[in-house]
Amino acid sequence: MRIVVLMKAVPDLVEEIELTADETGIDREFLKFVVSEWDAQALEEALLIKDAAGADVVAVGLASDPDIDQALYTALAKGADSAVKVTGGEETMLTGDRAALLAGYLAAEPADLVMTGVQAADDIDGQLPPMLAAHLGQPHVSVVVAVEAANGGVTVRQEFAGGLVHELAVQLPAVIGVQAARQAPRYAPITRIRQAMQAGGLREVTAAAATAAPAPTVRRMFRPEQASHAQMLTGSADDVATAIADLLRDRGLVKG
Amino acid sequence: MGGNVLVLAEHDGKQISDATYELLGAARDLAAALGGQAEVALFGPRDLASQLGGADVVVSVDHPALAEYLPEAYEQALTAVLAERSPRLVLMSTATAGLDLGAAAAVRWQAPLAAAVTKLEAAAGEIVATAQILGGKVLAELELPGERAIAAVVGGTYPAAAGQGAGTPEVVEVAPPAGLDRLRMSLVQVTEPPGGDVDITTADLLVSVGRGIESQDNVELVQELGDALGVPLSASRPVVDAGWLPKTRQVGKSGLKVKPKAYLAFGISGAPEHLEGMRDADLIIACNTDPGAPIFDVAHYGTTVDLFDLVPALTEKLGR
Ligand SMILES: Cc1cc2nc3c(=O)[nH]c(=O)nc-3n(C[C@H](O)[C@H](O)[C@H](O)COP(=O)(O)OP(=O)(O)OC[C@H]3O[C@@H](n4cnc5c(N)ncnc54)[C@H](O)[C@@H]3O)c2cc1C
Ligand SMILES: Nc1ncnc2c1ncn2[C@@H]1O[C@H](COP(=O)(O)O)[C@@H](O)[C@H]1O
Repeated sequence: MRIVVLMKAVPDLVEEIELTADETGIDREFLKFVVSEWDAQALEEALLIKDAAGADVVAVGLASDPDIDQALYTALAKGADSAVKVTGGEETMLTGDRAALLAGYLAAEPADLVMTGVQAADDIDGQLPPMLAAHLGQPHVSVVVAVEAANGGVTVRQEFAGGLVHELAVQLPAVIGVQAARQAPRYAPITRIRQAMQAGGLREVTAAAATAAPAPTVRRMFRPEQASHAQMLTGSADDVATAIADLLRDRGLVKG
Repeated sequence: MGGNVLVLAEHDGKQISDATYELLGAARDLAAALGGQAEVALFGPRDLASQLGGADVVVSVDHPALAEYLPEAYEQALTAVLAERSPRLVLMSTATAGLDLGAAAAVRWQAPLAAAVTKLEAAAGEIVATAQILGGKVLAELELPGERAIAAVVGGTYPAAAGQGAGTPEVVEVAPPAGLDRLRMSLVQVTEPPGGDVDITTADLLVSVGRGIESQDNVELVQELGDALGVPLSASRPVVDAGWLPKTRQVGKSGLKVKPKAYLAFGISGAPEHLEGMRDADLIIACNTDPGAPIFDVAHYGTTVDLFDLVPALTEKLGR
């Protein structure tokens, strides 16, 4: 089974996010980029399938994403069999453009199973898995918390609000949007990532994009109004602890 | 049909979800502004139309494959309904069905989609959506031009009451597409969420921990505070996914909704999916070293003191 895991580089949310001067986009220049956490979950789940049933796991990213090489080498260090950088598109965070380009890649190098994160933090125009599946004409399931090979297809667990789970039998080829892997993503030692880098081996493939869905027009971006911002408690940890203890006592939530 | 707004109904086979009523309330206002009517696409048991008195029209597709939510079956039914009804705007929630269907419909129906919407405005045929990105740190104002558009709306954005009318909508039946008889997926079984060791939804006070805690060992530190206060620990999703606390402790969209008298959040950023589960708490106190963390937009009190300093200090103050 050939499993393609799609990886997106997204701004690290711990960083201060700056807007572009015209305030219609994120200023990407000084941002730190990391692999979308749900894509890391998708990779882990793909590697679990490989461990259990055997699979050819291919990590795929867009060449135009910042720091994508690091992400793909890390995937190789974790156990992906190969890695591909897709060229042929401009740098874009729009899911519509990304899905169209990746559909072009997958038409040229088809997968039995595509796995990727259920969403990315910078999705504006929707999530990748269903868009890609619609281009490919394949079935898809999102918000998935387990994928296992079974009867020539896969069995997936799809999660709903409150933790209700539907187990579905899905024929291949298919696209799965992963919410969480069955176990926390494995750790790749830095030495192994370095080895992967030294070995090189990222393959570049130029893809011809499918016709993207129409995108919304960004009028402006802004930070949420701070009208209801928390009253900040300052001072030492001890001062803040005293203030919080008082707040709880005033409401009768703690004794003493 | 030019200005109609169509809501995708969610249900469990018996009950229409609150999220559906939230969307229907919004649809009524938007349809009025666009000069159209509020329609609901109802897949599965047609008798649920009786719970949709807030709609002008219920568009029903009934077929055994639609009895329970199944992504491929719902997608086919939705495609058929969109072709037949040509609404100006489709509303879905950002729950599981919305995450499955919205972006697929954007391609199949060739319509722009706005994800994670927290505000919608319509005037003179123009639709503008405000959407959250980057874990709620940035909002984007999006124009949805053209004749058709899709918005996936964050749960809790609109009150459910506005969608719970007592009218008798016209029920329009759309023939089930033939593809429903040759689906490439099937429902094997439904598993209810695990029963609780403790019930965090009934606690007056919750001590909640997020990824800022860094490791399972460190959870112990917060557990000591919980023990000192005699209250259970709750958590954000990553803490549960990592296996540091059981699923029964998860607060948020895919966990539990809680409304304690006080909610203490340690190392939780306040992503939209987490806020959905706790923003109605009477008192929210958040500890996060990032002054720009979105949790501070819903918290009543906040501090950027390091949780590893604050938690032991609090345990000492409050311990009995
Ligand atoms: C379909 C779907 C459903 C979801 N459902 C849920 C859900 O039910 N519940 C949920 O919680 N999430 C849910 N999520 C995930 C959600 O999007 C976020 O990823 C998650 O809420 C982030 O958790 P967090 O705040 O603990 O982690 P992060 O966002 O990583 O935040 C950690 C925070 O800790 C702070 N911090 C770090 N160190 C310290 C320190 N020493 N002291 C103080 N602060 C510190 C950091 O500044 C940071 O803000 C869902 C996602 C999807 C796609
Ligand atoms: N059996 C089910 N089939 C399909 N969707 C469901 C089912 N149960 C719950 N859901 C979805 O999950 C959401 C929340 O459900 P609940 O937690 O029961 O209110 C609803 O909006 C439903 O769409």
